Amino acid sequence: MTEQIQSRNVVAAIPNGGDSRSRRQTSNLRKNLFDYSGLIPFFVFATLFIGGPTFAVIFNAFLSNEGSWTLANVQLAFTDVYYLSLLSSLKLALASASTGVIFGLAIAYGVAISGKPKLQKIVSTASGVFANTGGVPLAFFFIAAIGNYGLVTVGLQKVGIDIYSGSFTLFGFSGLVLVYLYFQIPLMIIVVYPALEGIKSEWREAAVNLGASKALYWRYVGIPILTPAVIGSFFLLFASAFAAYATANVLTQGTIPLLPLQVGTLVSGDVVADQANVGFAMGLVMIVVVGIAMTFYTYLDRRASRWRKR
Amino acid sequence: MTNKSGSAVEMINLQRIFGDVKALDGLNLTIKPGQLVALLGPSGCGKTTALRLLAGLDLADGGQITVDGRDITNVPANKRDMGMVFQAYSLFPNLTAVENVAFGLKVRGISEEIRIKKAKELLDLVGLSREANRYSHQLSGGQQQRVALARALAIEPKVLLLDEPLSALDAKVRTQLRDEIRRIQLEVGTTTLFVTHDQEEAMAMADLVGVMSNGKLEQIAAPDDIYANPATAFVASFVGAMNRIPAKLSSGKVEFLGQSVKYGGGSSATTVVALVRPESISVTPTKVNDSKSGTVIARSFLGPQTRLTVKTHEHGTHLHVDMASSDALELTAGTNVSLTITASTVLTDADGKN
Amino acid sequence: MNKNNSSTVTAKPGLGLNAWMIAGLLFFTVPMFSAFIFSVQVGDGTYTLGAYRRMISDPGFGEALWISARLAILTVAIAIGIMVPTVTWLHIRAQRAKRIVEFITLLPLIIPPVVIALGFLGSMPLWLKDSVYMLVFAYVVLSMPYTFRSIDTGLSAIDVKTLVDAARGLGASWRQVMVSIIGPNIQSAIFGAIFLTVALVLGEFVISNLLLWSTLPVWMALVGMSDAEGAVALSVMSLVFVWLLLMLLSSLNRRRKVRVNVGGLS
Repeated sequence: MTEQIQSRNVVAAIPNGGDSRSRRQTSNLRKNLFDYSGLIPFFVFATLFIGGPTFAVIFNAFLSNEGSWTLANVQLAFTDVYYLSLLSSLKLALASASTGVIFGLAIAYGVAISGKPKLQKIVSTASGVFANTGGVPLAFFFIAAIGNYGLVTVGLQKVGIDIYSGSFTLFGFSGLVLVYLYFQIPLMIIVVYPALEGIKSEWREAAVNLGASKALYWRYVGIPILTPAVIGSFFLLFASAFAAYATANVLTQGTIPLLPLQVGTLVSGDVVADQANVGFAMGLVMIVVVGIAMTFYTYLDRRASRWRKR
Repeated sequence: MTNKSGSAVEMINLQRIFGDVKALDGLNLTIKPGQLVALLGPSGCGKTTALRLLAGLDLADGGQITVDGRDITNVPANKRDMGMVFQAYSLFPNLTAVENVAFGLKVRGISEEIRIKKAKELLDLVGLSREANRYSHQLSGGQQQRVALARALAIEPKVLLLDEPLSALDAKVRTQLRDEIRRIQLEVGTTTLFVTHDQEEAMAMADLVGVMSNGKLEQIAAPDDIYANPATAFVASFVGAMNRIPAKLSSGKVEFLGQSVKYGGGSSATTVVALVRPESISVTPTKVNDSKSGTVIARSFLGPQTRLTVKTHEHGTHLHVDMASSDALELTAGTNVSLTITASTVLTDADGKN
Repeated sequence: MNKNNSSTVTAKPGLGLNAWMIAGLLFFTVPMFSAFIFSVQVGDGTYTLGAYRRMISDPGFGEALWISARLAILTVAIAIGIMVPTVTWLHIRAQRAKRIVEFITLLPLIIPPVVIALGFLGSMPLWLKDSVYMLVFAYVVLSMPYTFRSIDTGLSAIDVKTLVDAARGLGASWRQVMVSIIGPNIQSAIFGAIFLTVALVLGEFVISNLLLWSTLPVWMALVGMSDAEGAVALSVMSLVFVWLLLMLLSSLNRRRKVRVNVGGLS
């Protein structure tokens, strides 16, 4: 690195005589190349370990067993059990994201207007911690609480309440929605809190001053300001539920078809021979779905933060 | 732009207590129709509280507010018809400039056609017709405050309330907008209450300046009157520059710098501080070293005026003396000068409050 | 203090807020406490740490912990080794490339881990696929969104360019600049990145499960098939450890007034 620096200084030190313009261009070009040279390790790593795998998924998704181009894998991903798993994954993500948005927003709003800095600090720290609580341990926590022999289940049975008497089961769709809330609500609080905090008291006062009732203030100012942030958060929650694997794997053991679990099954190799590449096609579908959701999130988040700037 | 006459406002013995702090301690204030009254004072003096009570954004613990003779003390804020301009950041970020201005008319159920027309007229009045469709984040600070002013005026308010609307702006924009707000206020004739901690702003814009301290009105008078005849030592010190000179009080005369001047009020102890404006002292070169002389130790050229700093021989006090620059040419640092008080009366303050 | 209830006075949430807070508190604490009691309870009313002892003494535990620990150390080393110089370089020389680099680091949030596993199987050479260390590269990829954000926030809080120019002007070598100027100034950001990466590696299940490596979470899920108390005890241990890391991180951030947005590690 040091040598490069020195050679650059030499170039810069050449007096600007004669054909100075082209010389300056050369030195600019060299400077630019030098400026990016420090990023080479990163780009090499990213190409090998992000680019390569992504390319492999896309490439194989359109490759038949015989090695020719085909759309059959993608078509197959939209039939039978594969299609069902896409549908139930979308349904799960939708249910989990919308309940997460509602409860997370309610808590975040309550905390934001409470005017208690201590409570705000606790909730913010706890949200950061719980939002990262997922995976296998989370599944076992809920098994211990409301599994068939869970403490809450057994405790409630003693007082005559059977949470399994209805259609609820921890090991199915309703259980997953409930368990996912454990990280979805905190995630919602983290992403929506800045928007709530960004609401200036001047806006409410100005609206009231201009003759608006509380309801009209919310209708014309409060809700429109919060909407991009809330919808944006919804997409983030949607993506996070759609892609989640570990908790679902432990809880459902494959009893309900979910796209990530299907892909997983195909990865581990229990697969009908002529459908080897359908896993890649489903992987591609997942990238597209999550990609769309994250694009919406990024766009809406940027919109929402534009209003927060001043 | 109709109510040329404006409304009359009266605040009677207003009280507002936060915890054990009396933000307002019996405030009495009368504003005549169409007047612009500035409330001036240091932060925490209660001026903003007075404004918020008038707007209904805060409620009084005692006293009464009337507008055109009607008691509005307990009328909710959204029924008061007061147009308020806040310090900053008060524009609704999700609405364009013209939608912001039309907001008050919208919540009053006025048809879109009429309210947009009216909003555009007002944007025109504040010189922002071309920015009508911009959002607040696309406007400069000064432009935002103009829109806020147009928005407050759009509802044809009984009273226009200005809560330090210029304090967040650059010095240059501040002066410009200050003059413009006054021009517009005179044009529409709305009774206006203006709150500021900047005396220059208050002096330049207001019909009457009310100086507040500790929740009370110390004095209310026309700007020149406040400056020339401050009623109390606080007002005298707060408004304009003031020299504090050690003095003695005896038989209705204030004695200092070897001279005696008629006592105008203030502290009545025997040992006091005389309050004298820099332009109420004149200097002439002298060779004599006595109690009424001093030495020029610094001079700063301020254009038409020059400000001298003089150290008195008597107490070593540093005094500021303002004089026409043409008269100050020879008064360089080190010059020995004799000091003459030209004021006919002086106020005094208690000693030791330097 | 207020004589009547004006709509303008700041809303004072009463019972409503409290009810919400209690419901929320229950939702987040009941599973935790249930898990703890579940793991120490034998039959009715007897408590023992047997499940914990059983797990810790199981040879599988030591093996899984050893794999996870090696993976964590190597992942941290590579992730920090790549990201700190890269992000520093972005700040001092190549600001224009920041957006593209940030975009790349965020890609793992768009490509679900299960698809990353699929992609690794489809693109890596056989000798690497046969090695547990392939997981390290996958984990570095997964950690990028967090390491980038953390280090970037840390560097944004100081005026890197001026510091570097000043140090270079005083004759410091690049190595000295990195070690004695940049490093100490973004210490807490680096620690933050390390904590997040360790938490991520210790909790990661998808990729190791699919690639059939018995890391801690994979072993935990395996135990769960036959020994519920044991699996719950393991869960309690692992989450307590991760929570401690995260709490340490958030207190670190508060002290430095640097906000790292952590989210969606699952």
